[in-house]
Amino acid sequence: MLKRILLIAAILLPGAAALAQEVPLLHADTNINDLQSLQRGARDFMNYCSGCHSLRYIRYERMATDLHIPLPLLKKNLMYTSSKPLDHIVSAMPGDDAVTWFGNQPPDLTLMARYMGVDYIYSFLKGFYADHTRLWGVNNLYKPNVAMPFVLASLQGVQKPVYKSETDPSGHASMTLVGVEPGTQGSMTPEEYDRFVRDLANFLDYTAEPIKAKRESMGVFVTLFLLVFFVFAYLLKKEYWKDVH
Amino acid sequence: MSASSDSAGGTEGRGLINWIDQRFPLTSLWKEHLAEYYAPKNFNFWYFFGSLALLVLVNQIVTGIFLTMNYKPSAAEAFASIQYIMNDVEWGWLIRYMHTTGASAFFIVVYLHMFRGLMYGSARKPRELIWIFGCLIFLLLMAEAFMGYVLPWGNMSFWGAQVITSLFGSLPVVGSTLVEWIRGDYVIADATLNRFFALHVAALPLALVFLVIAHVMALHEVGSNNPDGIEIKKLKGKDGHPLDGIPFHPYYTVKDMVGVAGFLLLFCGVIFFEPTFGGLFLESANYTPANPLQTPPDITPVWYFTPFYAMLRAVPSFAGTQVWGVLVMGSAVVILFFVPWLDRSPAKSIRYKGPIYKIALALFVVAFVTLGVCGMHPPAGIYPLLARVGTAIYFAFFLLMPWYTKIDRVKPVPERVTGHA
Repeated sequence: MLKRILLIAAILLPGAAALAQEVPLLHADTNINDLQSLQRGARDFMNYCSGCHSLRYIRYERMATDLHIPLPLLKKNLMYTSSKPLDHIVSAMPGDDAVTWFGNQPPDLTLMARYMGVDYIYSFLKGFYADHTRLWGVNNLYKPNVAMPFVLASLQGVQKPVYKSETDPSGHASMTLVGVEPGTQGSMTPEEYDRFVRDLANFLDYTAEPIKAKRESMGVFVTLFLLVFFVFAYLLKKEYWKDVH
Repeated sequence: MSASSDSAGGTEGRGLINWIDQRFPLTSLWKEHLAEYYAPKNFNFWYFFGSLALLVLVNQIVTGIFLTMNYKPSAAEAFASIQYIMNDVEWGWLIRYMHTTGASAFFIVVYLHMFRGLMYGSARKPRELIWIFGCLIFLLLMAEAFMGYVLPWGNMSFWGAQVITSLFGSLPVVGSTLVEWIRGDYVIADATLNRFFALHVAALPLALVFLVIAHVMALHEVGSNNPDGIEIKKLKGKDGHPLDGIPFHPYYTVKDMVGVAGFLLLFCGVIFFEPTFGGLFLESANYTPANPLQTPPDITPVWYFTPFYAMLRAVPSFAGTQVWGVLVMGSAVVILFFVPWLDRSPAKSIRYKGPIYKIALALFVVAFVTLGVCGMHPPAGIYPLLARVGTAIYFAFFLLMPWYTKIDRVKPVPERVTGHA
């Protein structure tokens, strides 16, 4: 029954087509230790995302320290609100207005990489395509009927959807959204846009767990210590147990 | 009294100890539970998990105290306070990961500890009370873990609590009143979070600590079982100590230290390299704040509850009520209490039991793991069938035990323990 409803929806509304079939996510291939990528990601986030999206669980100063961004540079180029460096990164957009404008409050993105995964963020930002049935003229391959306008359209251009026609055994024809293809031209080449999106995904991976890189490097020393401890504990045990027969 | 006679010829350093011993049984406690507690010398790998469970308990209590210092038990602030601990509190991330990993580690060591008991007949006479205290600890541990999971106030915390508390609603007559009483509201809300916090940080840990003390006291009263399932107290040497026994301290304290080192290698490996453990220890769906208007696509409990959750879902509703699944899930825990009287085999240890028990135990483990996997997936495709077969095997293992342990072929049990590790 549900399948039939989805199939009907798929025929009537191209936008709902993706519901019928999950499109596999693209692989982001980010590297949390790539400092330059994180810095570019921070810059791009502040320029393109922070107008609407907050990172309310992390402070400007923490981000600047972790990403080796000097404070004057942070204040001059990355802070667009009246916040101070010790404040959390909160968007200036009033929540009630956001609901009026978009139907939704833009989600906080601090933990998005832990909630949906880095691959999702990467795929999502590469998944917008033209759909004139939607309010903002775009839809998303990975988040059908997304409320967000495609703010990166000037960089990527607007992609076109690719459909596959199928006829099931009972003779119903259906169109399934299977992917996207290049549409209008943006200011970036596909490679540049790829890197742009990867940097953003990498940066959001950082904000989701700022300690991640440090924790992993500490873990190496903890493991080495425990290995040595294990050996000594074992030798001590052996020494004591010599006389147990 | 024995302390004073013992240290009569002692050195000057015993002065303080003597002073304490005349007022508090320090030396006699030390002797009774460590230096002169004679444990069988043939403990193997499976005997590490008791002391490891104690280690994890201490870890949970200590890290829990530090988490409490920065956590805010209110629906409005809880989620943000966890992020505050992760990002702003010095070493807060480590303390939290130790606590979240510790929760899963607790269940791993407890499940292995219980499996050891089933293997070597540790529940059998005269250790019935040890086993019953242990079952109570397991029951409280489940409550403790469930309430702890609600505290971060993520969306899965909220919906998991919604589902689990609503189970009580299926009980006839009192159901809906009971659910309201547990929640303190019509839905999971601020009042629920507050009381779960109180239970999680004060009431249940207190009860757990008391039960653990009772568990160990009962153990030291009758003495430990061992992989051969032999009573070492039957054969004593001239000194009055069991021939096959060795003092817990220093022998098992140094041996358990090796176990601790091995455990910490794995434990710290998870904390530092993979704290979510692929989404099993920390679920990604819980990284968005609780939202009563947005149900997660699949509501699944954390891995350690999934075998029981699968049993809950395996039972279809019948006579217009879902209560049967709840009863089956409850019975799955309650039935553990009866193990000491279900096993009728003349041999305690699996080493001397016959092939039927070995097959039954193996099937039981396979069923339990299968149920765990079923509980992680939506009940579609093969999973409902697997869950039903698993549930049947789970209960058959216990309910048929009096019969199959009686007819099973048993090998002769030796007088003395065989070897030591």
